[in-house]
Amino acid sequence: MSLIQEIDYGTPRSKAAKSVSLTVDGVAVTVPEGTSIMRAAMEVGTQIPKLCATDMLDAFGSCRLCLVEIQGRAGTPASCTTPVMEGMVVHTQTDRLKRIRKGVMELYISDHPLDCLTCSANGDCELQDMAGAVGLREVRYGYDGEKHANPGVDTSNPYFTFDPSKCIVCSRCVRACEEVQGTFALTIAGRGFDSVVSPSMEESFLASECVSCGACVQACPTATLNEKSVIDIGTPEHSVVTTCAYCGVGCAFKAEMRGEEVVRMLPYKDGKANRGHSCVKGRFAFGYATHKDRVLKPMIRSKITDPWREVSWDEAIAYAASEFKRIQAKYGKGSVGGITSSRCTNEETFLVQKLVRAGFGNNNVDTCARVCHSPTGYGLKTTYGTSAGTQDFDSVEQSDVIMIIGANPTDGHPVFASRMKKRLRQGAKLIILDPRRIDMVRTPHIEADYHLPLKPGTNVAVVTSLAHVIVTEGLVNESFVRTRCDFDEFQDWAEFVARPEHSPEAVEKVSGVPAELIRGAARLYAKGGNGAIYYGLGVTEHSQGSTTVMAIANLAMATGNIGREGVGVNPLRGQNNVQGSCDMGSFPHEVSGYRHVSDDATRAMFEALWGVPLDAEPGLRIPNMIDAAVDGSFKGLYIQGEDILQSDPDTKHMAAGLAAMECVVVQDLFLVETTNYAHVFLPGSTFLEKNGTFTNAERRIQMVRKVMQPKNGYEDWQITQLLSNALGFPMHYNHPSEIMDEVAALTPTFAGVSFKKLDELGSVQWPCNANAPEGTPVMHINGFVRGKGKFVITEYVATDEKTGPRFPLLLTTGRILSQYNVGAQTRRTANVIWHEEDRLEIHPHDAEQRGVCDGDWVKLASRAGETSLRATITERVAPGVVYTTFHHPVTQANVVTTEFSDWATNCPEYKVTAVQVMPSNGPTQWQEEYEELSRASRQIAEPAVIAAE
Amino acid sequence: MSPDRLVYMANQIGKFFEVQRSDETVPGIANHIKKFWDPRMRKAIFAYLDEGGDGLDPPVREALEQLKAEAQGRGRPTPETSFQGT
Ligand code: SF4
Ligand code: SF4
Ligand code: SF4
Ligand code: FES
Repeated sequence: MSLIQEIDYGTPRSKAAKSVSLTVDGVAVTVPEGTSIMRAAMEVGTQIPKLCATDMLDAFGSCRLCLVEIQGRAGTPASCTTPVMEGMVVHTQTDRLKRIRKGVMELYISDHPLDCLTCSANGDCELQDMAGAVGLREVRYGYDGEKHANPGVDTSNPYFTFDPSKCIVCSRCVRACEEVQGTFALTIAGRGFDSVVSPSMEESFLASECVSCGACVQACPTATLNEKSVIDIGTPEHSVVTTCAYCGVGCAFKAEMRGEEVVRMLPYKDGKANRGHSCVKGRFAFGYATHKDRVLKPMIRSKITDPWREVSWDEAIAYAASEFKRIQAKYGKGSVGGITSSRCTNEETFLVQKLVRAGFGNNNVDTCARVCHSPTGYGLKTTYGTSAGTQDFDSVEQSDVIMIIGANPTDGHPVFASRMKKRLRQGAKLIILDPRRIDMVRTPHIEADYHLPLKPGTNVAVVTSLAHVIVTEGLVNESFVRTRCDFDEFQDWAEFVARPEHSPEAVEKVSGVPAELIRGAARLYAKGGNGAIYYGLGVTEHSQGSTTVMAIANLAMATGNIGREGVGVNPLRGQNNVQGSCDMGSFPHEVSGYRHVSDDATRAMFEALWGVPLDAEPGLRIPNMIDAAVDGSFKGLYIQGEDILQSDPDTKHMAAGLAAMECVVVQDLFLVETTNYAHVFLPGSTFLEKNGTFTNAERRIQMVRKVMQPKNGYEDWQITQLLSNALGFPMHYNHPSEIMDEVAALTPTFAGVSFKKLDELGSVQWPCNANAPEGTPVMHINGFVRGKGKFVITEYVATDEKTGPRFPLLLTTGRILSQYNVGAQTRRTANVIWHEEDRLEIHPHDAEQRGVCDGDWVKLASRAGETSLRATITERVAPGVVYTTFHHPVTQANVVTTEFSDWATNCPEYKVTAVQVMPSNGPTQWQEEYEELSRASRQIAEPAVIAAE
Repeated sequence: MSPDRLVYMANQIGKFFEVQRSDETVPGIANHIKKFWDPRMRKAIFAYLDEGGDGLDPPVREALEQLKAEAQGRGRPTPETSFQGT
């Protein structure tokens, strides 16, 4: 194994169709028009010396090192900023060029500190490399020239340092922050020799606008911006390409290693989801893998009030299996079930559902998608025929109008947000439907053309009203609708949306959105060119979540915004593998590839391969499992990598359900909240310790590769296999690739997927089969998967969660950039510096009415329960609306959320809870009791001391 | 399982299908419950139906009657509808 060195072509790839031929040092080369000479040269393997250019950024032309001579032209143009021309004859190495380059390097080196041997970038420094490349042997000005201003090293960011004394003012960092990340946190302050890079307000990195994405660190050719881990450990010696295990963007990384230690994670330029970029989580927040809280030994206990007892793997597995068998014998086959994890690989997820269906013999399997995007599955399958987004991420580069509904991409899907922002800076228009003024509404060089600040819970009314405008103002793309959709259904729908009660003026009354904003947004989406919709949990986590998804699908069909690049309907999926866990058959009613368990032919295929009969009846969903547990008919649960107690709604009900079970098996990295109610703890492995695949929000299947041995002893799929074997349903996989082969054999949309193909192509987007051997970036191109697109009537039904005198405010929840969901991982990294606690955002008006000041403790109460946290007063939320995150267990935001859920899928209504807020002195009694319970239930018994003799 | 919760869920499903094409309302509700509810949930709501089924909206009641008949081997099987969501 060696360090993967990706070629730096110096300037970005040109996408022009026309090509141009030239010669570089006598070698002929043909490249797309608009390519720089520097890039053309690199295409044939000639590396022209450079310092300020790198292919992630547009050429800048400041260092003057990359000069070339062009036959028939005077002077020595910079090859990074000079585009190729037909018939050009370029020389990259002449006496004149050599002389000039040496002179340039001499100047750089004369005022650069020459501590190369002890410099953290030693061996990974482009300044060093270029000094070597130009043959610099002496510095006529001496080495003790005046050094650049040195205000001292800024170590404020937890992950990287900034040492201005080493800066060569190439501006790569500034441009990376602007062009790649889109945050504009850096500037070059001062002029001439005194110029120096600085966070915009000349403050520290931590105090600045910087979001710690690391793009500047990656772009920096010197040690000026350098990872602290590299400073601590040294430069890496080998690397392995893998996939981020945090969010549904699915960024590809090179895990750069020294032995079994991760030195740094570098975004992989060939990663088709991220194109070489990342966010703070994927790049930096991997320290949880080696955190001291990780539990590495299996543990059991017969009662949840007992302390945990560390046991061998054999004992733990045997105990869990015997308990499941005992429970099934006593309470019936349907009394146990399992939960697959959207954090785990496709292969691991597939095995858990297989264990449930074939080992337990029922369909009681569900996954965390229940609480996030299950309505996407229902809605898009109903209207289009496929439970997934329609586009690849690259598609956004062709969009003219971007509509974001109930999503906060800069926090939830940061790398895709950066790609979106790039397109918006190029002139695409932006429409946002969100109760909060999310960052995208106004961020450097971007301003939403329309922000519709709707009241939580009124999505269906507003989206249907957009359709009203499109239909009544004659903006329907009739030829698309006639050829691609069921026209009768369209006509019923058009008649429905045209009714006066759906007019913007009528809907303004329920949604609070001014009618002219709805009209303007609808016109822009329908007439503005390629219109693309991106949506998130603000759409799905409602009692009408599925209806909103279908309303969105209707809009795209009515305007013909589906079936080509630049358009489409795109769920921004939360967890790294939530798409995959759904694809793998994690829902209680369907096997892999979204086929219902009642379908005899499908079942027969599985039965033939697995050798056992399968149940044709749907099983229980998570909330139904909990209801059934409280009811006494559900007694045992195998949970792989999901903390349902913290993440699911109505915590008290969840706690009651878990407490009523006789065997709860939790397989996880840490003693997460759910383990308070567990009887068996099976230590899980991290994404760094396993092989497998994840599928991101654009249906892209990517490899996860093992870079270290599992510290707990087993990869997660191996643990499931052990359990299944002990249950009497043997599994004999030697490698996850064999599991994927089984998935491919059983699932038509995955028929062409194999580890071999993924190794060859890097990634594929399903459907991947004989019709599409290299996968399907954009769906529904020549027809919908279901045949004709289905228009669905979307009647607005107000949620029963209503404000009133006792609970006059609406609570909505979400997450922030630096933390991830329940925070089990990110809270165990230095990311806590950005988010030490969950806060309640409240509008100044509501705060004042209640006598609440910024930073005060407040009690947040709903009819389900109450909790306390501190308040942040902000106008990001509208009057009447409060907002919080759920990253910290002490906050217990879900004590407050209710049992209401989506009508079709039971996806909980996290986004609307009627609450009251009042000043308080600190944690509530429930929080204190829960702290106590948590402390008690996490005790691990001292191993018995066995006498020596 | 608590009949209140099941009735609530069934009526929620009903509200969606009530506004769809009239020939898909009852089959739509019946199919949805058949496809997504575990047998013990269906059994519980059938039992509740037998006790009078208070609070069930009319098309929901009709759909449940039909499903119950089907489960007991009487009546016709619930026809498929155009709502193929999963
Ligand atoms: S880490 Fe990212 S946001 Fe921060 S300054 Fe660098 S590029 Fe900008
Ligand atoms: S910090 Fe690095 S990237 Fe930024 S200007 Fe200085 S040397 Fe260039
Ligand atoms: S955007 Fe998502 S996938 Fe990419 S690095 Fe960040 S958390 Fe990981
Ligand atoms: S690399 Fe071309 S001017 Fe710096």
